[in-house]
Amino acid sequence: MHRLFLAAAALLWAGSAIAADITLLNVSYDPTRELYTDFNKAFAAAYQKETGKSVEIRQSHGGSGAQARSVIDGLQADVVTLALAYDIDAIAAKGLIGADWQKRLPQNASPYTSTIVFLVRKGNPKAIKDWDDLIKPGVDVITPNPKTSGGARWNYLAAWGFAQKKYGSAEKAKQFVADLYKNVPVLDTGARGATVTFVERGVGDVLLAWENEAYLALREFGADKFEIVAPKLSILAEPPVAVVDTVVEKKGTRAVAETYLKYWYSKEGQEIAARNSYRPRDPQIAKAYEKSFASVELFTIDDVFGGWTKAQKEHFAEGGIFDQIYKN
Amino acid sequence: MSMETSLPRTELTSPVGRGRIASSDAIRVRGDGGPAIDGSSSPQPSPDTGGNRAERAAIKNPRSEPHFVRIAIITIAIAFLSIFVVLPLILVFAQAFSKGINAYFAALSDPEALSAIRLTLLVAAISVSLNLVFGVIAAWAIAKFEFAGKTVLISLIDLPFSVSPVISGLVFVLLFGAQGFFGAFLASHGVQVLFAVPGIALATLFVTFPFVARALIPLMQEQGTQEEEAAISLGASGLQTFFRVTLPNIKWGLLYGVLLCNARAMGEFGAVSVVSGHVRGLTNTMPLLVEILYNEYQFVASFAVASLLAMLALITLIAKTLLERRLDERDVP
Repeated sequence: MHRLFLAAAALLWAGSAIAADITLLNVSYDPTRELYTDFNKAFAAAYQKETGKSVEIRQSHGGSGAQARSVIDGLQADVVTLALAYDIDAIAAKGLIGADWQKRLPQNASPYTSTIVFLVRKGNPKAIKDWDDLIKPGVDVITPNPKTSGGARWNYLAAWGFAQKKYGSAEKAKQFVADLYKNVPVLDTGARGATVTFVERGVGDVLLAWENEAYLALREFGADKFEIVAPKLSILAEPPVAVVDTVVEKKGTRAVAETYLKYWYSKEGQEIAARNSYRPRDPQIAKAYEKSFASVELFTIDDVFGGWTKAQKEHFAEGGIFDQIYKN
Repeated sequence: MSMETSLPRTELTSPVGRGRIASSDAIRVRGDGGPAIDGSSSPQPSPDTGGNRAERAAIKNPRSEPHFVRIAIITIAIAFLSIFVVLPLILVFAQAFSKGINAYFAALSDPEALSAIRLTLLVAAISVSLNLVFGVIAAWAIAKFEFAGKTVLISLIDLPFSVSPVISGLVFVLLFGAQGFFGAFLASHGVQVLFAVPGIALATLFVTFPFVARALIPLMQEQGTQEEEAAISLGASGLQTFFRVTLPNIKWGLLYGVLLCNARAMGEFGAVSVVSGHVRGLTNTMPLLVEILYNEYQFVASFAVASLLAMLALITLIAKTLLERRLDERDVP
């Protein structure tokens, strides 16, 4: 009995001895878990081959806003890979990242993009085809809380952009989004929580989801249970990445951290993104994976909302439009 | 899924409450967390000392309810417990073993799971041992001395019981976060408290503080100071008095407190979640890992870890029952 206990204890502590030459911490948002599992493995192999050094990338996942908050509060992230530029801006505003971060890497520092689609139950029993169907009475819509979740903010803005384009005014768009949130029975804090609510707990008729998250749900639970419905118009979501300057300076990991993020723009990186249902930037890879993505007309946040800072202030800040409509 | 935390947490309502009805013909009323552990000195009128004969008869025969009422009450109690305690517990194990015993052990020997188990044990060891010391000191101060602000101190000890664990976590973010009160000082000295073991241990320490103190205070108050006074008047030093007189008197109560403290320390989710940073393989405790794995659709792994926590809860329950019996033996000569 004693020996058994000792063996178990030895096993427990032995595991702690794994040490790579370099360790990076990547603080990311909710749905990228599988993506970064793949990407980190590929990068570690490529880096080892290139330099002969082993690198271990640790991951932390959560709601994008909450993760940014943790980094501001001192979580020692070498890189942040969040759901939207505003959350990295918030870290930059505290001086942890240079204000020009979005210019340091190509394409707004967003190596992969996504969009917002609908996930419905098999056979689409509520006949949901486009945004208009979401405000019908009796349709339960699952979307997380835009205050804490990046994906939820993209969901909200996609709905708003659709309504503004279709009905022609901000006032009508506000009414549309208000009607939509009347159909939301529960606000989870993160995108993954919302997916679990919809998929696992069986709550709701339609899940507003990242395209990659919707495809992942199909892969995990089988296409016989759910269907993806692509709206005609949606938003181009650009999840950005950045090196956290203060942390890499302190740890001396700037070179590795930058190599890590640049690896996203390589063919291998783009391929990994595409395989995980994130839209690649590379035209060749995009062409090769064309069939894996729905054809959706996409608008950008700059087109419709004049950028993240403005959108954040108008819609999601304390007392902003989201607060006004969700209160009523 | 919430099993592993809800079991220890039920203790919140009565950290030392061990109200029970003796099976003898007289009801023994026991103080529930009050100063008196023994029913004979409780504020309620003891059935043996007051009241007229009719009253006594009514009290003496608690089984005067009609047969069907008794059956109904017992059925409801058993059904309730089965649905809310036994069934979830079985489901946790059923899920954990749903893909066979190999998958179960593979899940538990995953580096991330091992790291979570290690961290949980470490944090529990730190917070329980510190709470043991602080709890004994606090209980000692409250039970043996009279001083101004004593009630305030008692209320403060209870504070972690009444504060939501999320707030308990946020308090430490405000104190030790990079933007927090000590943030600049800690950063300039290169000390990482938040999102590392110290922060997790602190948050756990905070939420588990009341258990030891709460288990000891009534016990020590009841025992009074005479034995210590006698020891000192016979020439014992302070430490001798503590180890030879006080400690033997409180040891079972102390064990009881430590047990509950440990159960909560290992099961704590809310406060730890706020200060952990969720770095995989580094700052995830077992309860956090259960949630993460569940959210990654790794149900077997998730419930395998959950089953460990559930087992811990069961062991705690058994140990608690044994200890209570021990404590009761001391009460009833």
